[in-house]
Amino acid sequence: MNMNKSFHYFLFSFFLSFFFVFFANSPASDFSNTSVQAPAPPLNMKAFDTPNDNGHSITITWELSPDDGAGKSNVISYEILRSDNPDSGFVVRRMVAAGVNTYEDGGVKEKKSEDYFPSHKNFYYRVRANAEKGSSLSDVSPPAYAYGQLFHTGRTVILVACVIFTVFTIMFIRKAKKGEELYIRPLAGIEAVDEAIGRATEMGKPILYILGLGTAADVATIASFTILARISKMTAEYRTPILVPCNDPIVMIVAQETVKAAYLDAGRPEMYKEDNIFYVTSMQFAYVAAVNGIMVRERPATNFYLGKFYAESLILAETGSVAGSIQISGTDEIAQIPFFVAATDYTLIGEELYAASAYLGKEPLLLGSLKAQDWGKALVMISLILGGLAASFHLDFFIKLFAVKL
Amino acid sequence: MRRQLPIIIVFVSGAFMAIQYFIPHDAGVFFYEYGLDWIIVIGIFAMLLGIWSLFKVQLDKVVKRSPGWGYSVVALGGLFFMLIGGPLWGIEEGTPFMQVFWYIYTPIQATMFSLLAFYIASAAYRAFRARTVLATILLLTAMVIMLRLIPLGPISGSNQKLATWILMVPSMAANRAILIGIGLGIVATCLKIILGIERAYMGHD
Repeated sequence: MNMNKSFHYFLFSFFLSFFFVFFANSPASDFSNTSVQAPAPPLNMKAFDTPNDNGHSITITWELSPDDGAGKSNVISYEILRSDNPDSGFVVRRMVAAGVNTYEDGGVKEKKSEDYFPSHKNFYYRVRANAEKGSSLSDVSPPAYAYGQLFHTGRTVILVACVIFTVFTIMFIRKAKKGEELYIRPLAGIEAVDEAIGRATEMGKPILYILGLGTAADVATIASFTILARISKMTAEYRTPILVPCNDPIVMIVAQETVKAAYLDAGRPEMYKEDNIFYVTSMQFAYVAAVNGIMVRERPATNFYLGKFYAESLILAETGSVAGSIQISGTDEIAQIPFFVAATDYTLIGEELYAASAYLGKEPLLLGSLKAQDWGKALVMISLILGGLAASFHLDFFIKLFAVKL
Repeated sequence: MRRQLPIIIVFVSGAFMAIQYFIPHDAGVFFYEYGLDWIIVIGIFAMLLGIWSLFKVQLDKVVKRSPGWGYSVVALGGLFFMLIGGPLWGIEEGTPFMQVFWYIYTPIQATMFSLLAFYIASAAYRAFRARTVLATILLLTAMVIMLRLIPLGPISGSNQKLATWILMVPSMAANRAILIGIGLGIVATCLKIILGIERAYMGHD
């Protein structure tokens, strides 16, 4: 009886093992792991040179796999593969998430770099759709090569605006040259310059001119140089010393030359002191400490803050206010304008900083450029109104006219 | 020619920088980066002149015993300590150079920055004195904006809505208007300098 029972156990175990071994290795099992689970491949592969670049990138687009977001064999990612041979050698360049159907395959121009991407060389692309189990490859894309463009079409609007503005400027300068009277609205901050310099002269105190923390390449600093030239000429005429502590050595050199030339122009070169335009430090708050020290020790009658300012603006302006100086400020840093408005006597807001030199010079040519600025603003206002109307009436073509791709 | 040459240099380099903005090709990028390299090289040489200027001005104050000449001694001491200390001990963590940087310079810098909080309070006091109609409007607006961060019970929601509207409509509109003006001002200034209309910085009108 026991012998018979053992034989039955043996037979049962044998058939059970056979069943598992047979079905585990059968082709049907393979099919269920790959063919059934693999998602449908991405379709309609396209590869083309990326527009408006320097010629080291190709853009690839594809139609999403029908299984992307379908629920069954759901695609979880796509891999972009590249080769310079359509038949072999495809390597993975990048993986993107499901739902993405475009990729910009780019690199750098340096040949020694690992990320070098050559121009004018054909490349082929495939995209692999990955599901949780299994994956499928798209067809090979047509060949594409990268090349640099000579004109950035996405910036056409900017070019057109620049050309229109240049035409305005030249037109008004010609008008000014002919002697036509141009009305320019007065700016309180500029009209106070004479008074501020006169006060310093009467008090026998120096004038402190701060160019801000910008470099010589910042347009706000360049505008400040032009104002410094006008003010230095006036201080030379009034025989009032001007102190210019600088935070950048290049700014210091340009400021020295500017003031020196202004003193020459005023016919008082002997009054120019190079040490009055000096370098302090390039560190923001160390510079603030040094300038505050000058304000407290020298007690300048007038402080000018014209240029690029950051968090130090209020510390400087408040110290100047406590020291009892007349203060005129101007910056194109929007976040700092409220601080200057609160702490200084006169503030040139934004564009007024750029207009100040022309106001001080009162030359027809410079006033012509100011008039062009006003016309530029009028054009922007008209465009804004038209844009608002176009958006309200869904006239998308008008809005697209102003689209800019940087 | 001495006066014409700088104007020619300004025109050529300014016009090139303006044109290259519209040329994405490698050639344009090369010249742009080449120009930036020049700025770095000039900056390095200018730094020597800057250090010389700092040394000369501070030394002059010490020699003449000008008011506050003691500060100049500290400035010169700091300058020479860091100039010599860097090459002598290196700039790794734990060296005297870095210890001075971390335990003297950095706390002083942080202290200067912290002063801003007190200056904001004093500037706000001056700005918010309700002497005129405009100053009163400014005060009320500032109160609405500041109070949105504080729970105010039943009026919290409406105050939040009002503050958001102020920030997103009138404040945003003013910001954008200033930005457009700045953009036009920048272009106008660049044009004036490139075309040689603005020459005040060269010393002749």
